[in-house]
Amino acid sequence: MARAVSTRRKLTMTILVWLVALIVFFPILYTIITSLKTEGEAAAGFSMLPSFTFESYAAVLDQQDYFRPFFNSVVISIGSTIVALLIAVPAAWAMAFTPTPKTRDVLMWMLSTKMMPAAGVLVPMYLIFLNTGLLDTLLGLTIILTLVNLPIVVWMLYTYFKEIPVDILEAARMDGATLGKELVYVLLPMAVPGIASTLLLNVILAWNEAFWTLRLSTDDAAPLTAFIASFSSPQGQFLAKLSAASVLAILPILLLGWFSQKQLVRGLTFGAVK
Amino acid sequence: MKLLPLFSSALVLALGSTAYAQTTLTIATVNNGDMVRMQGLTDDFTAKNPDIQLQWVTLEENILRERVTTDIATKGGQFDVMTIGTYEVPIWAKNSWLLPLDNLGDAYDVDDLLPAIRGGLSADGKLYAAPFYGESSFIMYRKDLMEKAGLTMPDAPTWDFVADAARKMTDRAAEINGICLRGKAGWGENMAFLTAMSNSFGARWFDEAWKPQFDQPEWKNTLQFYVDLMKDAGPVGASSNGFNENLTLFQQGKCGMWIDATVAASFVTNAKESTVADKVGFALAPDTGLGKRGNWLWAWSLAIPAGSQKADAAQKFISWATSKDYLALVAAKEGWANVPPGTRTSLYTNADYQAAAPFAKMTLDSINAADPTNPAVKPVPYTGVQFVAIPEFAGMATTVGQLFSAALAGSTSVDDALAQAQQSVDREMKAAGYY
Repeated sequence: MARAVSTRRKLTMTILVWLVALIVFFPILYTIITSLKTEGEAAAGFSMLPSFTFESYAAVLDQQDYFRPFFNSVVISIGSTIVALLIAVPAAWAMAFTPTPKTRDVLMWMLSTKMMPAAGVLVPMYLIFLNTGLLDTLLGLTIILTLVNLPIVVWMLYTYFKEIPVDILEAARMDGATLGKELVYVLLPMAVPGIASTLLLNVILAWNEAFWTLRLSTDDAAPLTAFIASFSSPQGQFLAKLSAASVLAILPILLLGWFSQKQLVRGLTFGAVK
Repeated sequence: MKLLPLFSSALVLALGSTAYAQTTLTIATVNNGDMVRMQGLTDDFTAKNPDIQLQWVTLEENILRERVTTDIATKGGQFDVMTIGTYEVPIWAKNSWLLPLDNLGDAYDVDDLLPAIRGGLSADGKLYAAPFYGESSFIMYRKDLMEKAGLTMPDAPTWDFVADAARKMTDRAAEINGICLRGKAGWGENMAFLTAMSNSFGARWFDEAWKPQFDQPEWKNTLQFYVDLMKDAGPVGASSNGFNENLTLFQQGKCGMWIDATVAASFVTNAKESTVADKVGFALAPDTGLGKRGNWLWAWSLAIPAGSQKADAAQKFISWATSKDYLALVAAKEGWANVPPGTRTSLYTNADYQAAAPFAKMTLDSINAADPTNPAVKPVPYTGVQFVAIPEFAGMATTVGQLFSAALAGSTSVDDALAQAQQSVDREMKAAGYY
């Protein structure tokens, strides 16, 4: 009896998980399906049956250069992730292992910057970028993406570091480890899953960031978000082409997520079960 | 010693190439058929102007507006040529954000530009943007359904005729809606249509003292007529429909009539995209006998921001892209039906174009019927047919558009929507210091 209940429960849970996964994945699936339709089919309304034409992909690749925005996306995503980690690891270390009464407030303040509407600082940021020559440069976009994602990176690393017993670090210190050695040889190896998942998540966030990348780039540094946006049309059918452009833009990051999912899940659940 | 001549030659070549330095123009544009076609034809321009290279930045319409506004207001200099509409031109010209186009060349023939369009792109008698393509709005209707309803569409119908025909053409069982009109909220969506429609009902946004007029009976008549008509003969979920949604419905044979941009005529008569391509007729936008029709005037135009350091090259490009020769180039490469419409008088006297575009005459008549300097029946202090050429309009009209869209969806009454519109616009105008 108990075994029957357990099997039924397992089956229910499995169905539920599949259902949730399908709901979460459905927008991407439908984008892929729409990209394989003709413009007429795409505009005709909801349908899961495309005519499996690749004409939209051909039109998109014919109309715009894909590889330069792709290259730009790779550079700014990886660049901003590396810079963010270089800043966030020592910051999170300091807050996790040598907290002060105000540490929590500092963390909250950092996170609060994410709550501010980005449009509110658009003009000042634009002027700063303009006057420093950072407009439409890969360096400028790397800086802005670092700043945008830094609070999340610090928070995530702080959470992971808090799970590491401080005694181990103290033991390393007792053995004569310097601060640098303590960080590099003791803390980082123990926090690898957390750092890896933070890194992957930051790459994904940077890859998908659209507000700043669309507004602070023109052509030379324009990433794939600009590539997608260029296919939206005020007059005329464009859904199939827009979907094809979106699939081309998200494909690399989907593949990255797919191949690193074990690492991602491991990192995201790090310390969740004690 | 033998290396010296070689070195000298290399130096001369290097200096020569420096003297032959390329000017690169960055052009901000939207993604529509005519603009994409122009990008494909730029070899013609660069062949004639080998010292100028073109760099295209194609953006979504709203992002384009935001980007070029930010850039021009901060004198960013990111763009040398901008694609802007008739709404922006008078406002930006007044702010000295645009350079006057006074060096388009002797062969340009500025007097050939359609007077209504030219007027909409000028300020203080100077042309600040050159039209790349222009449009008005008119009725596109199904000739077969009109015949089935036992009616004949006049060239210049009234709103009463249109409403009657729409109700008669509606066949819910066959998924045919008598009329498809914009309902999606936005200053360039439902408010473009409703503002133009209100002109024909004798309404206006502001009186001579800039006081909003949504509490006047003309606006009540406009909105009530629109909501009732759409309830009886419009598609389900019309409050979400904009240009592209209605285009799809019409092409699928689900609309008896559609009042929208004249540029749509080439889409609905294109047999590759439209199932009703051979059944479409055209008529002027309706009126109520008060002297104004419910059609608008718009032109996507090319302008040079005041911050550009490459004004001469930019004028050369604009002159090429909006010239008679460019129209002939498109015709030679892609046929007369694909020529950007609504900019030049000579196009509409061209027999080849008239043969290729059966909607040509009606488009021209519609454009000529719009008067941006005198858009309403009663006197107004503003210019613009489907918009009011003041900076505050876009924000205010988007709010009003949301209220009117809610009235169409039935989530608020016509009276409440108008009362709230009056209150909202009154507050904004006071805050902006108009009174």
